[in-house]
Amino acid sequence: MTRAAFWQGYRDCAPFVTVVIPFSLLFGVVARDAGLDILQVMTMSVLVIAGASQFTALALLQEHAPVFIALTAALAVNLRMALYSAALVPHVGHARLGVRALMAYLMVDQAYAVAVKTYEEKPGMSRDERVAYYFGVMALICPFWYGCTLLGALVGTAIPASLQLDFAGPVCFIAITAPLLRSLPHMLAAAVSVVCAILFAGFPAGLGLIAAALVAMLVGAQAELALRRRAARLTSGGRA
Amino acid sequence: MIDDTTFWTLTILLGIGTFLIRFSFLGFFGRRQLPDWAVLHLKYVGVGVLPAMVTPLVLWPQATGGETEPARIIAALVTFLVALRLSVTGALVAGMGTLYLMQALL
Repeated sequence: MTRAAFWQGYRDCAPFVTVVIPFSLLFGVVARDAGLDILQVMTMSVLVIAGASQFTALALLQEHAPVFIALTAALAVNLRMALYSAALVPHVGHARLGVRALMAYLMVDQAYAVAVKTYEEKPGMSRDERVAYYFGVMALICPFWYGCTLLGALVGTAIPASLQLDFAGPVCFIAITAPLLRSLPHMLAAAVSVVCAILFAGFPAGLGLIAAALVAMLVGAQAELALRRRAARLTSGGRA
Repeated sequence: MIDDTTFWTLTILLGIGTFLIRFSFLGFFGRRQLPDWAVLHLKYVGVGVLPAMVTPLVLWPQATGGETEPARIIAALVTFLVALRLSVTGALVAGMGTLYLMQALL
């Protein structure tokens, strides 16, 4: 039942609308503030559809950084999505090329995290159901991303800074991370990720993030292997 | 002000580049069986990327000019605990709510 899977994804992602709204509103406001017209703001949001990198690029352009620098920094911020792309292969890699291209366009943090969590919890999902679920997740996020960017661009600075809309970003990422901590290796990896992010804070934009993620993945995987070895030792020891 | 040529060059290249990053593995290796060691490591992408993404946003927010603000750290911890114990929606509300409350109190 792919239709049921689609609507399940739609419902599972619904809570995140509450943070997509402030985050995209904020981008609209900030972009207009930087002197972009409505068409420019919307083109950027539709073409790139990756908030964090759009903020990065805009901030650098405002500081009159060369295009090349702004582009490199923004792409570095998005490099994490190559990891999402790889992580999705075992689950939805079977889809047709055109479908995979559309999935790639729609690949945002929430889509990745919500979808992969469900795939791992429900290994019984059929291939078609997994694809339908993914699109269900984004069917809600995507229109809100476009719509609220436009709203933010139109309303502009009428939104008071005291609302601290920027904090919606971290709040959202924390809320999608917590449910992922379902085993000791996952918790260990997350802790390493935080520590490395602090240690690598001096790295150029985006690169510290990738380095921290790679170290954390290594630690998580090694911890899982160690636990498996110990479990194997215990069972063989019990038999002896 | 950002001039038009600069803006359009950046936006179009960023759009193409970002798409290629997202398309990369899924697009080019989608139908291939990944080796076991890759699958093992890829299970930890989410917990590897997201905390590292959040940490600087909480510790050195742009809104304060990179200054560490206790209110944000407390709000982040509350968000985490609520997300762990209750629900996503609860966490989002509690996170923003705690920030407002802390900023009013501190």
